[in-house]
Amino acid sequence: MDNSDSSQDILVSVRNLSFSRGNQKIFDDISLDFERGKITAIMGPSGTGKTTLLKLIGGQLFPDQGSITVDGQNVHKLRRTELYNLRKRLGMLFQSGALLTDMNVYDNVAFPLREHTHLTESMIRTLVLMKLQAVGLRGARNMMPNELSGGMARRIALARAIALDPMMILYDEPFTGQDPISMGVLVHLIKSLNNILGLTSIIVSHDVHDTSAIADYIYVLSGGKIVGEGTPKEIQNSESEWVQQFMTGAADGPVHFHYPAKDYVDDLLSSGKRY
Amino acid sequence: MIQFLQYLGESTRTSFTKLGRGTYFLLQTVSGILSVLPRPRLLLTQMYSVGVMSFLIITISGLFVGMVLGLQGYYTLSDFGAEETLGVMVAASLVRELGPVVSALLFAGRAGSALTAEIGLMKATEQLSGMEMMAVDPIKRIMTPRFLAGLMSMPLLAALFSAVGIIGGQIIGSGLLGVDEGAYWSQMQASIDFRDDIINGVIKSIVFGFVTSWIALFEGYDAIPTSEGVSRATTRTVVNSAFSILGLDFILTTLMFGDD
Repeated sequence: MDNSDSSQDILVSVRNLSFSRGNQKIFDDISLDFERGKITAIMGPSGTGKTTLLKLIGGQLFPDQGSITVDGQNVHKLRRTELYNLRKRLGMLFQSGALLTDMNVYDNVAFPLREHTHLTESMIRTLVLMKLQAVGLRGARNMMPNELSGGMARRIALARAIALDPMMILYDEPFTGQDPISMGVLVHLIKSLNNILGLTSIIVSHDVHDTSAIADYIYVLSGGKIVGEGTPKEIQNSESEWVQQFMTGAADGPVHFHYPAKDYVDDLLSSGKRY
Repeated sequence: MIQFLQYLGESTRTSFTKLGRGTYFLLQTVSGILSVLPRPRLLLTQMYSVGVMSFLIITISGLFVGMVLGLQGYYTLSDFGAEETLGVMVAASLVRELGPVVSALLFAGRAGSALTAEIGLMKATEQLSGMEMMAVDPIKRIMTPRFLAGLMSMPLLAALFSAVGIIGGQIIGSGLLGVDEGAYWSQMQASIDFRDDIINGVIKSIVFGFVTSWIALFEGYDAIPTSEGVSRATTRTVVNSAFSILGLDFILTTLMFGDD
């Protein structure tokens, strides 16, 4: 991988990142680049720290080693107000949506505008309705978050994420637990928002099919390392056994079906202790 | 033995770490006051849910505590032929001790537990984290208004408790048991001192409001973000608040009324 930090086309660059939680190493010296204007996907099995990577990029967690640069700024060297200013230009879509449950849909989308701008209520109304229209839920503005289906909640959260017209959106597992229709809606939305608004998108997902349909570039992570990278086509044709297993969903392969344990026969025959 | 020492050391260390985190949390919360003041609506909403929603439980409990005081006080005082001083006894007990303490205990059970559960669930559903990513400081936006609301509601609720209790005592004392109504009020007026009794009671309730809100918010913020974690945090709020209220009440009483 070339060291093109200063290149205009790279919006986020992760360099030699290591991060561990307790004794468990989540990332071991990885480097990734996210191109401006593109949709980049990070894939890998559950529990490989994909969400952790997003939190590192957003500055919510600190790496043990390495650096993350977003738009030329080293996220973890910023002072608090600078970090908050950077975050105003990032949108993050949480897996759960993370809507504020004590407000209705309208107020949720208006929340970042009311917190960060001094716009009048009538201007906020126009903006909120525009964002809701973009995700197709203008009619749901008076509903409370607990009345929304999972797919709707995610779309509202997306409307809220684009409320301040960010330069980049981080998607945390946007497709998990969605029925085919809302899945299709989300795939379409992510793609069209990225192109129409000129955003940069980072999608964290383990959904092979739908993610490769919209991603421009894919990183495959496992065990704290990058095991494969390339355009969706290159990944499909990857020679790595590991990537092949992940893409085809085979039950056994480099990733074993069995969690590490002692020998099966020994385990069954050993008696006396409960465990 | 070694194991016991290890356990002792470990738990001491854990509690001190928690105390440290709690103090840091408190400082952050208090430092948010300036950013809340220009937005009184945030505070008013919380005062409604923390304070106004506790009205009913405080009023009813105050009434019954006052009525019981009236009964018990009358039986004891009438043995000495001093039932005229029932008003003083009821008012002094309420204003000095029962008002601040019982209303703070009720407040911890009613509002404190609700705060912990609310914040804990906000954490579990990533709402706090989401706010951070929207560049909104959850401590200033969520914790500070709730903290201030608790701090300001507590003395008002304690005053309500005492006032209703005194009326309850009067209903039983002069309505049912025949203590002279004029004596009930005038003895009270003559003996209860504004500085010594009422102000000290108010100070107590402000301290209790401070501690209870702090514990409730911090336990929620520090909760393990699972159903079990939130339920444990809620329990800890009620238990720790009760201990702190009763312990602090003893200390404050010693300091305030020791010289009499």
